[in-house]
Amino acid sequence: MMQMTGADLIVKLLERQGISTIAGVPGGAALPMYDALSKSETIHHVLCRHEQGAGFIAQGMARVSGRPEVCLASSGPGATNLVTAIADAKLDSIPIIALTGQVPLSMIGTDAFQEVDTYGMTIPITKHNFLVRSAKDLLEVIPAAFRIAMSDRPGPVLVDVPKDVQNQMVSFDAYPDVVLPDAAPTFDIAAVEEAAKMIEAAERPVLYLGGGVIHSGAAAMAVTLAEQASLPTTMTLMALGAMPMDHPLAIGMLGMHGARYTNYVLEEADLLICVGARFDDRAIGKTAEFCPNAKIIHIDIDRSELHKVKDAHVAIAGDVGQVLAELLPRVKPQLRKRWLSHVESLKGRFPLAMPGIEDPRTPYGLIHAVANCLDDSAIITSDVGQHQMWVAQAYPFRRSRQWLNSGGLGTMGFGFPAAIGAALAAPERTVVCFSGDGSLKMNIQEMATAAQEGVNVKIILMNNQSLGLVHQQQNLFYGKRIMASRYERPTDFLKIAEGFGMRAVDLDPSPNPRATLAEALHTPGPCLIHATIDPNEFVYPMVPPGAANSEMIG
Amino acid sequence: MSEQNAKPLSEFIPDVPETTGFNKVVLELGVANHPGVMSHICNLFARRAFNVEGILCMPVGSGETSRIWLLVFEDQRLEKMIRQVEKLEDVRYVERHAGDHPVFGRLDEFFQ
Repeated sequence: MMQMTGADLIVKLLERQGISTIAGVPGGAALPMYDALSKSETIHHVLCRHEQGAGFIAQGMARVSGRPEVCLASSGPGATNLVTAIADAKLDSIPIIALTGQVPLSMIGTDAFQEVDTYGMTIPITKHNFLVRSAKDLLEVIPAAFRIAMSDRPGPVLVDVPKDVQNQMVSFDAYPDVVLPDAAPTFDIAAVEEAAKMIEAAERPVLYLGGGVIHSGAAAMAVTLAEQASLPTTMTLMALGAMPMDHPLAIGMLGMHGARYTNYVLEEADLLICVGARFDDRAIGKTAEFCPNAKIIHIDIDRSELHKVKDAHVAIAGDVGQVLAELLPRVKPQLRKRWLSHVESLKGRFPLAMPGIEDPRTPYGLIHAVANCLDDSAIITSDVGQHQMWVAQAYPFRRSRQWLNSGGLGTMGFGFPAAIGAALAAPERTVVCFSGDGSLKMNIQEMATAAQEGVNVKIILMNNQSLGLVHQQQNLFYGKRIMASRYERPTDFLKIAEGFGMRAVDLDPSPNPRATLAEALHTPGPCLIHATIDPNEFVYPMVPPGAANSEMIG
Repeated sequence: MSEQNAKPLSEFIPDVPETTGFNKVVLELGVANHPGVMSHICNLFARRAFNVEGILCMPVGSGETSRIWLLVFEDQRLEKMIRQVEKLEDVRYVERHAGDHPVFGRLDEFFQ
């Protein structure tokens, strides 16, 4: 018979589940859990400067490791500060466990100090959530949280634990078993056979890969399918790297900032094979005009995604890796010379224009200069905005989990703490965070965390002293009326970084920015690399919001 | 309550989406019995402005699970809605019944 407090039990169960790093911020209602953590010999606690930073650090770890990772916060403002990072994990299907302290059970509902209805508040932004009312329930709740977070379509799970439940003694005979993901749902082989026939009969098929391919670890199989059936392959923002960008069948990212030829190829498709993607509005533009002539095969582990936005002719609810494993032997090798040469000619006529690629003082040039200093082992994160789209268009991603970004929620402030998390999960890799001056300010306090942990994170700050994508939209769609998108006063980011104890390098005054950049990237430890860019550089092409993908500007 | 309206619901109640029809459907949900379940389910419908006309919920058996009966209007989005409900961790099953299912039938007298 074992006896311990709820808080000790939580920490033991996390250890047993293989958790070795937790990102968090302590506070009154979480103190018993922190006391329990002080006794753990295997868990390293990363003290963040804001709970949102802790949430994104957990996300960065989970996006790299592919397994649930944990963040920890106190009640009230601790929990509300986590909300954005949890919602972000929900929209990108990232398995994180958020543990929050809560006021004691007897005080719930009394507007107690630092009380907020964390459970109620997080219902719509979690895959599932728990309010633990008794310490013995933790024996079921903690394993269930892990199981739910990593099974089927992954997602965030929140566990809210009142302070008295953390302190309550609990007796039990044995620890619950370490949990593994549930078996994926079984699917209909007849539908797979039907899909294989459709692929064989199609004349102008396109393979459309989404983040589900990354989550399922199915990138290699997706590439094999493309090669076997000669399928031009587009990737969503979440799937970049699933097929190497320089693969002859890769036709780049689709959607709002996709290359012209990519959207034109989709326009002509007679069959769209959607694997682990969800027809997001930024990817498909106006729904009715997306792939107007194509039949659709849709493979996704989440049944509620099938027929949600576009009706599929064949819909398969299953793990994309398992479905592809059944599909591959049924798909006949084909060459499709005519279709592939047509795709090639569209690519030749309407390529992605990357002006300034030879000049490291332009956005595309800087991205290429960074890529030239690194190999495929580096992890690239980004914040949200123009820099994110430029990197998505131009960086030569070549493997799964090489690229971490906030796709669904589009959270400015994601990139830097996610990069810290990535570096904690993969300390042997170089992690580069592309950011803008707007985004970086939204979690800039985590520079202190990066310096404390000594993580190998390099921030490439593209500073245009504005909220670039807002500035761009006001220029293009709001009669050039610039409202609240320019920062009038410059910020000295170099001093800020140094103030937090991080090294800072400025490419602006450097006579040889490539050499300065290479030196900074190759020196271990956290570093801010600052580069001014022109605020009148816009991301092109661009599909105006609400328009069809064929109506690109630029 | 089994009486069917002759006009689309949107003519009677403001803010009801045009996708809402006037045939009623009864949904039966088997769910885990704990204090947060109703919130999870009602949130899904409320977020999508999917009109729920009636709700009944009682524990069954030993109280481990509850059964929820929902009276809703037929809507183009109903199938998608059901798939979202089925995805909830606490939902064990969802069954669809005709609008004249007797479960709501004798409640009229309590709503006079």
